[in-house]
Parts: sequence; structure tokens; C-alpha cells
Amino acid sequence: MSEAEPPDDHGDPDAHAPSPHPDTVQGPPVSGDDFLSPAPDGTATGLIVETSEGGQELSSRSATDAGELRREVGAVLRLPEGVAIDPSDIDVERTDDETMIINMGPQHPSTHGVLRLMFELDGETVLRTKPVIGYLHTGMEKTAEELTYVQGSTNVTRMDYLSPLHNELVLSLAVEALLGVEMPPRSDWIRMLLVELNRVSSHLMWMATNGMDLGSTSMMIYGFREREMILAFFEKTTGLRMNHNFIRPGGTAADLPDGWEDDVTIICDTVLPRADEYDELLTGQPVFRQRTEGIGGLSAEEALALSLTGPILRSTGVPWDLRRAMPYLRYDEVDFDVIVGTYGDNFDRYSIRLNEIRESIRIIRQIVEKMPAGDYRVQDKKVTPPPRGRIDESMEALIHHFKVFTEGFKVPEGEVYIATESPRGELGCYLVSDGSPKPYRMHIRGPSFVNLQGLPLMMRGGLLADAVAVCSSVDPVMGEVDR
Amino acid sequence: MHLAHARPGVSGSGGSSTRASERNRQEVVFPTRDQYVEVVRAYRDGGFEMCADLCSVDYLTHPGRRLPEGVAPERFEVVVNLLSLSQVKRVRVRLQVPESDSVAPSLFELYPGVEAMEREAYDLFGIVFAGHPDMTRILLPEDWEGHPLRKDYGVGRVPIQFKGAPGPR
Amino acid sequence: MGLEDLQHNFLTGRLEDLVKWARTYSMWPATFGLACCAIEMMSVGAADFDLARFGMEVFRASPRQADLMIVAGRVSQKMAPVLRQVYDQMMEPKWVLSMGVCASTGGMFNNYAIVQGVDQIVPVDVYAPGCPPTPETLMHAILTLHEKVRTNEITRRTPAEPAASGAVDLAGLAQDQGGDTDDGRTHAGEATSGWTPDRPDAVHLGTPRRNPVIARSVGEPL
Repeated sequence: MSEAEPPDDHGDPDAHAPSPHPDTVQGPPVSGDDFLSPAPDGTATGLIVETSEGGQELSSRSATDAGELRREVGAVLRLPEGVAIDPSDIDVERTDDETMIINMGPQHPSTHGVLRLMFELDGETVLRTKPVIGYLHTGMEKTAEELTYVQGSTNVTRMDYLSPLHNELVLSLAVEALLGVEMPPRSDWIRMLLVELNRVSSHLMWMATNGMDLGSTSMMIYGFREREMILAFFEKTTGLRMNHNFIRPGGTAADLPDGWEDDVTIICDTVLPRADEYDELLTGQPVFRQRTEGIGGLSAEEALALSLTGPILRSTGVPWDLRRAMPYLRYDEVDFDVIVGTYGDNFDRYSIRLNEIRESIRIIRQIVEKMPAGDYRVQDKKVTPPPRGRIDESMEALIHHFKVFTEGFKVPEGEVYIATESPRGELGCYLVSDGSPKPYRMHIRGPSFVNLQGLPLMMRGGLLADAVAVCSSVDPVMGEVDR
Repeated sequence: MHLAHARPGVSGSGGSSTRASERNRQEVVFPTRDQYVEVVRAYRDGGFEMCADLCSVDYLTHPGRRLPEGVAPERFEVVVNLLSLSQVKRVRVRLQVPESDSVAPSLFELYPGVEAMEREAYDLFGIVFAGHPDMTRILLPEDWEGHPLRKDYGVGRVPIQFKGAPGPR
Repeated sequence: MGLEDLQHNFLTGRLEDLVKWARTYSMWPATFGLACCAIEMMSVGAADFDLARFGMEVFRASPRQADLMIVAGRVSQKMAPVLRQVYDQMMEPKWVLSMGVCASTGGMFNNYAIVQGVDQIVPVDVYAPGCPPTPETLMHAILTLHEKVRTNEITRRTPAEPAASGAVDLAGLAQDQGGDTDDGRTHAGEATSGWTPDRPDAVHLGTPRRNPVIARSVGEPL
């Protein structure tokens, strides 16, 4: 700030003393004891800053009340409103009154994508955090308005790129809700199989990166090893390792390959004992436990106020899982447990995800038993393209195929909000259709986008190293944060 | 106060009563701007603990959408999705926001979790939420001009060599 | 006057080979994983498709310690200055591998938010197509880059005219694009800008071989 004019001293003789730099703080040095006692010039701390608008009185951080802190942090670094901001909730010794604002990211080795975190630190203690996002903003919601519904899943699948089938699923469910079609049972079961496998692979990936963030490089290698098995199955079924574009409105793109039961059973039989190994590797290790227990905790009220969902909400003790509460596909016909934590800390989230791997394996085994025969996509001429073989034979089939893939199918006017449980939380799709073959507005409620709001609360009072662990345990995927 | 309601299977569509649409039945309410915060507060006190989603829609090129009687269509709509865990229910609140005065009240005091969502709506549509603690851009660079998801903002396609005329896609 | 004018004799020739060999086999990538391609990049670094056998398993977080920047993922407008800054912080010699179609050309996202090709911001040595490129494609791209490093003069890392004789730059192009127009492949004996050896080691397909092979045009049988 530069001084454009001599400062008006507002009748305070001490305020207007010559200083070389307009921002120089004047007044007697403040010791820890006299913090709140009035200084000779009448201000609470005796700290005066010269600005172009006159002497501004500085109050110490401990003297600010909750409301003022809320207003102040709203401008630069934010804390959520739902909690009364009270400096006394930090039980680490405050070393001094000077705090430092540092920046972590957007390019940093923690493998969570391009997230930028700004910390206000007092020594090693994190006071305030502000996540800055947008470094991966791809304009997917705008692109979705230019793509037909058939093409839509190519776009949506790249949002949460660790569990792409979930994104495709939620879009397909939304479109089918607007279309009003009844899905054949086999299509639901195939989708469920793929989606649960994807949940396993996403949680394995999380365990790999979380392990690495906390220092266990071997966990990284193990997690990827298992994930490769599942990706190999996906490649056999969908054609791609990632970003499959397989679950489409109307069903799936193709049927499961022959011998899929054996492949899936091998995966289940391999992953389950290895999950126990990872349990031993991590849960049995005192360093890991010390680094995760008690770190990043939050209560159920805070989680609900901040709209956090998924493992974070379940770790605080709220048994909310959309697969159980508001079942979609055929989740009401399979048997599984909802894993709930107690303290809301990193360790709870870790064990929830580990056990969700086990539960998903359990679901997958039931799917293998219960898979019905039938169509893998709805036989509605308006929605489904004809089988590829028929295109060579019939002109009508050729034209039909052409129209479905170039022009797309029209969806009746309306709007719908569908939510599913992705590995990160409630993944929702709000779809508005105006009767044309392209969505009028497609909004994806990305769980990581909302879960990042919990970061400032979870990191407060912890150490900087714990901030990395907390960020990792929230499991953000920047593709769906920024879309 | 009179509050416009709609309760179709799926709002606006004449879809058949299939398994999916049974599940997706949501009550949709259309408050006016003055009623908006009170309506949401009533829902929150009535057991809707979480605000699942807040987004907005620009109806510039689709003005003829179906709305219940008594609701005057405006250019923008703010759509809030509330979730009740105890009653296992969802409700949708749709607020009409005119283009000339694109300000909506913020729900931050009721649900702190809408903070990022309202910033996103501001960033992409230009709807200002009064009472929000940090009304700044969240996804786009700070100095970006324009609000991309508005219908009068182009996609920004770069013409590429192998595509012919720049058609609709 | 300078290294460029140095005619290679026995000593400097050997030294140059040694330097290029060292650079190739200890090329450390910088972490620049942005989106889905980052996951595939991590898969390449993991056990199944091991990057450590090429000496590249250490992904350096600090760009000052890295040689290779693998731009893995879509670069948004907000990220572009960061990308440039990280590139500028890397020490010479440095290389850039553009992984995936989003980094190479903008990919499927031809819109306001994505930079249409990271070569608008940094000079790229190798492009690897795919969405995301499978780990094998990425490894092929890395090996192509290794060949490029090994067959170059150490003093001239990037060619004077990038499009003229970019045989090694176009790695990863599907081989069944035979019949395409001449895209700058060097044929044996053709006079080039001088930095490409007459018989390049790198072959358009498969693993680079130790003995130089005669360059063939695309479409001829092996």
C-alpha cells in the first residue's frame, strides 16, 4: 500500500509518526503477557499500521471473535461456517503470533492430481487451509451439451477417472429415467458387476496412493498389482483399461465375454487374501497407526453440514450408503454390510475402504451366482442400435444404426436427479432435457468437489505432514472436482 | 404462503411408472426469491440434514419449459437438491432468477456445504449469491471474463484441419 | 567456435557416446500427472510394466532434479502457466513427452477450457497417442525418446527444422496408416538437416535395435 496523502490521524497524536514504509507497525513491542491489556494509545494491543486511510489498529488473533474470524477468513482463507471458530480448539502450543502462508501445489508429488492447497501455518501447525481448484477444469458440462446421449458417456467417464464406470452408470440411469424404459435384469446385473469391480479397483488404487503418501512404497506396488488384474478383466470385457464408455443409456455396449465367471472368481479369490495381507501390512504397523489414528477427525454434524458423503460420512458414524438406503440397480437383492466408523479420523476411513473391498468381493461373488440370462440392453428401437451383424443384411438396420449414432435418440422433455454411491461418495447427475437428442443441461454432482470442503476442518490443528495424510484420506479425484 | 409444487414421477415427463421412476419420485417446489431461504430453512428443520447438490440452469434457448401455474419462468434457475437421511427422501427446490437481476440469496448460513457449489454456479453462470462469504471464481482463472455455461457463450471450438464445415458437432 | 564446430575424433566421439548413454539410461521423469493419463503413467511405474528397468522409476517431485517432463493429461487454461513454469525450472538437457491425446492436441475436449496441445506452451519431443495410452504405448514412446537422445549430437538437442526429418518424433503413430503422405521420414542416403544420421537406429515399429537398420517407408513388409 502506498501513501497517497498524509494520513489523517483521527485526533490520535501517537498514530501519526513519520515512518519510512507505510506498512510499518508502530507501537511498543508486545509481549505475551500484555496481549490484551490496553496499550498507552488506547488500542487493545498497541499495534498501529499506517495506511493511506489513517492509522489502523491491529488486534491480535486471540482477541478476534468468531464472527470476525468468519468474515476475515471468507476473503482469503476459509473455514466452514458450521463450526464456531475458536482458537482454543487447537491443543498444540502456539509458538508465536506470526503465521506463515505457504502454498502446496498444483504440481506436487502427492498423487492426487492438480490440487493446490494454501496453508496458514504457525510453525508446523496448520491453522487455516484453502483448497484452490480449477486446474483441471475441462468444461465437460459444456461439452456434454454438444454431444448426444450416446456420446455422453465418453465425456462423463473422464470425470472421475479412477472409477469411470460409476460416472457412466449415473448418466445412463438419468437418461433411462427420463426415457421411462424398463431395463432388462441382465443389464442391471452386468452393470452391478462392473461397478463393484470398479469400486474394488478404485479402493485398491486409493490404498496404493495412500500408502505411498504415508511412506509405504511397497503398498503402492501391491495395490497396482491387484488393480492390473481387474484392469485386464475390464480390457477383456470393455476393450479399454480405463475410460471404458461401456455403460450406455439402454444397457451396456456388449455382453460379458465367455468365461467371465472364471475370470471374476479368480480375481475375487486373489484379492481377498491379499486384502488381509494389506491389513497386516498397514493396520499391524505402529507407525501407520500413529500417523492415521486421531488425525483429521470430524464429527457427524460437521460432516452433514458440509455435505460430505461416502467413506468420510460413514467414518463419522452415520451409516449412510446409497446402495442400502436408496437402492438402484439390484442392490436390494444382494447381501452386503455397510461399513461404519466411529471417530471420523484417517484410520477409520482407511479401514472403511479396506472393508469395502471385502464387501464388494462378497457382492461380486453373489452376482456371479445370480446373473440371469437375457438381453444386455433394452430392446427398444428408439434407443438401442441394432446388432452389428444385421447391418450387413438389412438396409433398415443400417439406417437405424446410422441415425442412432449420428443424430442420437430423442429423450422426452424433463429433468431428473439420480444419485449413486461411487467410491468417493454420492455421485449425482442432474439432467435437463428439452426433447432433443442432446442434453440441455447435464450437471454431475462430483463427490470429491464437495468433500474438499471438509479439508480445512480436518486439517486444522494438525501438523503439515498430517495435512498430506488427510488430503489423501479424503481421496479427491480432480477430474470430478473440476470437471 | 403459497408455494408452487410439482410431484410427477420425473418432473415434466410423462414417463411410465417403471421401477426406476418409482424410485426417483421427488417432490419439486418452486419458491419465489423471497420465500426461498424460508422454504429451505423449513426443510432443514423438518429433517433434511444435507444439501446434496446446488446447480443452475440457463433456460435461454428453452423458454417454453413446463412449469406449474403461478411460476413465472426466468432465464436462470437455481436448483437445490436436499437430502433427508432420517426420512430417506429427497426434495428439489427450483428458484427462478431473472437475467436482469441475477442475484439469489445464499444458503451458506443454513448449509455450509453449499459454499463451493454456489461459487461454481457464480463462476459458470454469473449468478451472484448474496451473503456468501467468498463470491469468487472457483474453476476458471481469476481473471477470466464471461460465464462459460451460459447459452450465449460459445463452446470455444478451435477449427481443426480434418473436420469440414464447423457444424453443430 | 564452440562444441558444434568440433569434428569428432576418436576421443570426443567416444565421450559423446558415453554422455548420451548416461543421459538415456538415467532419465528421471518429473511428476506432471494431471488426469487419467497420470494413472496410466503410475501403472507404468508400478510392477507390471516396470519403468525401473529403464532407470526411470524415480519420479522426481522437484523439476530441478528431473530430465523428462511427461505431460500426462489435459492441460487447462489455469494450469498452462504452471506448466510453463515447471518446464522453465528444469535444467538442460530436458525433454518433454506429451502423453495422451489431450496433451498432444487437446483430445476430445475442443473447447474453451483446454489448451489445444501442450506444444503451444512447451516444445515437445515425443507424442504418445491414446486416451489414455496403454502402458505399452507409453513405454514405446519413452524408448523412442531414448533413441532420439542416443542418436543426436549432444550439442543440438532439438532439430533445427522440427518437421523436416522427424522420424523419431512420430513414434506411436499406428503402423496401419500405410499409404499416408510422406510425413517426413528419412530414407537412407537422403540429405537432411545434418543432425540425423543417415541410417537411424530407431525403427518406426518395435524395439530399437542395436545394429542400424535401413530405414523403410511405411507399408513395406518387414
